Amino acid sequence: MPLPWALRGLLNGTLTTRYPGRSDPYLDGFAATVEVVGGRDPDPPGVLPTQEALDAVCPTGALHRSESGDPVVTVDRGACIACGRCVLAYPEVFAWRRGADVAALTRGALVVPSADDTEEAVAAVRRALADRVRGLRRSVHIRHVDAGSDGSDEWEVQALLNPVYDVNRLGIFFTASPRHADILLVTGVGAPGMRAPLHRTREAMPDPVVVVAVGTDAVSGGLFRHGYGSSGGVGDLVDVDVWVPGSPASPFSILHGLLLALDRVPAERAPADGSDR
Amino acid sequence: MTTPARTDAREVVLDVAGWGDDVRGRAAAGARLVGVYGSDRGDGCRLTAVLAEQDRLGALSTIVPAGTDGVARYRSLSPEVPAAFWYERALHDLSGVVPEGHPRLDPLLLDRGGSTPAPRPGGPAVASGGTPMAGERPGPVDVVGHGMFTLPLGPVRSGVFESIELLLETPGEDIPHVNVRPHYKHRGVAKQFEGRAPRDAVLVAERVEGISSVAHALAFCHAVEDLAGIEVPRHARLVRVVLAELERMANHLDVTMRLADAAGLAVAVSRFGWHKERVLRLTSSVCGNRFGRATVGIGGLCRGLDLDTRSLAEELRALGSRIRSDIRALEASASFLDRLRGTGPLAHERAVQHGAVGPIGRASAVDNDVRRMRPYDGYRDLPPVPAPHAWSGDVLARSRVRWEELMTSVATLLDALDTLGRAPVPASEATDTRVPDGLGLGSAESAQGEVVHALELSGGIVRRCFARSASFHDLVLFHDVFTGDVFTDLPFIEASFGLGYAGVAM
Ligand code: SF4
Repeated sequence: MPLPWALRGLLNGTLTTRYPGRSDPYLDGFAATVEVVGGRDPDPPGVLPTQEALDAVCPTGALHRSESGDPVVTVDRGACIACGRCVLAYPEVFAWRRGADVAALTRGALVVPSADDTEEAVAAVRRALADRVRGLRRSVHIRHVDAGSDGSDEWEVQALLNPVYDVNRLGIFFTASPRHADILLVTGVGAPGMRAPLHRTREAMPDPVVVVAVGTDAVSGGLFRHGYGSSGGVGDLVDVDVWVPGSPASPFSILHGLLLALDRVPAERAPADGSDR
Repeated sequence: MTTPARTDAREVVLDVAGWGDDVRGRAAAGARLVGVYGSDRGDGCRLTAVLAEQDRLGALSTIVPAGTDGVARYRSLSPEVPAAFWYERALHDLSGVVPEGHPRLDPLLLDRGGSTPAPRPGGPAVASGGTPMAGERPGPVDVVGHGMFTLPLGPVRSGVFESIELLLETPGEDIPHVNVRPHYKHRGVAKQFEGRAPRDAVLVAERVEGISSVAHALAFCHAVEDLAGIEVPRHARLVRVVLAELERMANHLDVTMRLADAAGLAVAVSRFGWHKERVLRLTSSVCGNRFGRATVGIGGLCRGLDLDTRSLAEELRALGSRIRSDIRALEASASFLDRLRGTGPLAHERAVQHGAVGPIGRASAVDNDVRRMRPYDGYRDLPPVPAPHAWSGDVLARSRVRWEELMTSVATLLDALDTLGRAPVPASEATDTRVPDGLGLGSAESAQGEVVHALELSGGIVRRCFARSASFHDLVLFHDVFTGDVFTDLPFIEASFGLGYAGVAM
């Protein structure tokens, strides 16, 4: 006679991550995107790849070489699909960036390394968003809309409900009714057929609404950004507050984005072992 | 000595009438229609029918010239070859070709609303400004009768799901018809392949149907490897199997989770959700990506891997026994099984007629598993994958097929890991191989069933890629399985199909 379901439930107890209260090794170790480790031309100049070389490597055109002043290379995480080709081709310039905490409050902040004025702008946006969400109850409700995903994004959003992430413990719930939702979570490239349904869902939500674009497809259209079946992401269709890159964005990346939206990101994560630093 | 993974791509070019007669004749003689697609030729359209005969894939093509009004027309295959029903509608939407005499030529993938030009895959690029808009017209009503009402479910579904509209056309409690409208999330996938080098197009293949990224990457790479005669090294073949079987497990666990959810078994939902998360983490520990992306490459693997096969096997064994135990508990939940038994039956005859693929076909005693029909990659090196034993055609049979496959996946994975051993697996991308022009056919078995990529290369660049997901092929069978109360059966039937709608809407 197999164990009844009620008893099996008890076995689940210890599965849940302690993030955001404590850090989580899977979150910290996950290579969600890339970073620029040698993006400034050293002496002698010339070792940095040219724009042509960068375009040949990156399938989405996420890499940019700026020539104003000293040559600087940047990566647009909002367009990056984490294929790893830049890391393989130019290991001295690009590296995997460990950590799923990659969401940002402005589209511009996903371009790294960021200019100093971006940081000021982000701080201002953060204050404004914090004002806006202050009125939200301790429990918040999310309405999700697939605006043309490849299907993987929905798996990762749904994963937030499994016992490992269990966002209900944080007072975060999903709802079928837009009228009861505080957060609009959008996945997909912004397929033309989904524009009207997306608008209708947004219109049905009572203000204030926080909009989270989940995944590189939603942020920029990703690999499909220039196609007729994409809007180059959903930013032109709804006013996005939080941008979560990833192809697809991992559950921890989405959770980080939600906490960012609610101004509940831990200032500094405590170590996983529970000892206080 | 194993032979190269050739699919025996064979393309025969005929005149239009001869082509239609040949396809009809072969179908009548037992060939299985895998798909029909168009490739723009400026002054007409090249139509290709992909058929499976004695489990081998082949292609029959013809050029349909444009008429004086600029529209290419041919005699529809669907009246005699019912499996062509959706393919010809998609062909009409995307390539603007008119199959005359088609029983119902409504928009399927793209509602162009009459005047908007078709995107014409295989032809010149479509500017993003020249967007064919998907319309918002209400769906057609098939069944006319007293007290008839239609109820749209979607395109925004009530949970966290992919967008699709299911139009219930019903005279009350019973449902005569469920009309499937996938076009909302049409992303123009076909055009995204075009103009790219094959190694870049693999990344597009991974996004045709994201929950089966590996299977689509494999089918695409097999098409290229078939054209160029590339042999994949043994270790890479085995890693491909590891990624493919982990992907299958994640999908089957997802289906089980959704079935438990439909039945309100909260603990089972959370247990299977946990198992699925473990599988995605195993995948990311193998290759860094939870969906196995950016790892399969033409000629083998596009990145080198250093696998700790022993600890992977250890974790897999533990996971396998937890899954087995939870499946036993489901099998012991009488009220749960009652909801599945007899629900949403797909008749064996219909499954044969359509050439149903994947667990949907197998549950109705039609086995079109690519791993058994045309073993590829590491499946040629490992013991054959056994066929499942559930044939009653209902939701329960489809579930049991998946539960059996979960266990055979664990066994195949352990075999593959054992055969791989501890040595690091180097990258094996065939970057220097010149791929000749022509048509390549590649296939792989996704969790949903047979994935086929028909790839046309020209000057080393993708001119056209027909990426046929199992989901596209099987979803049309949704029309045939509703027998009882739609509202109680729908969640179970939809979950038991386990299809990815991105791979349908394209
Ligand atoms: S990882 Fe790939 S997509 Fe991302 S920046 Fe590098 S090359 Fe571009």
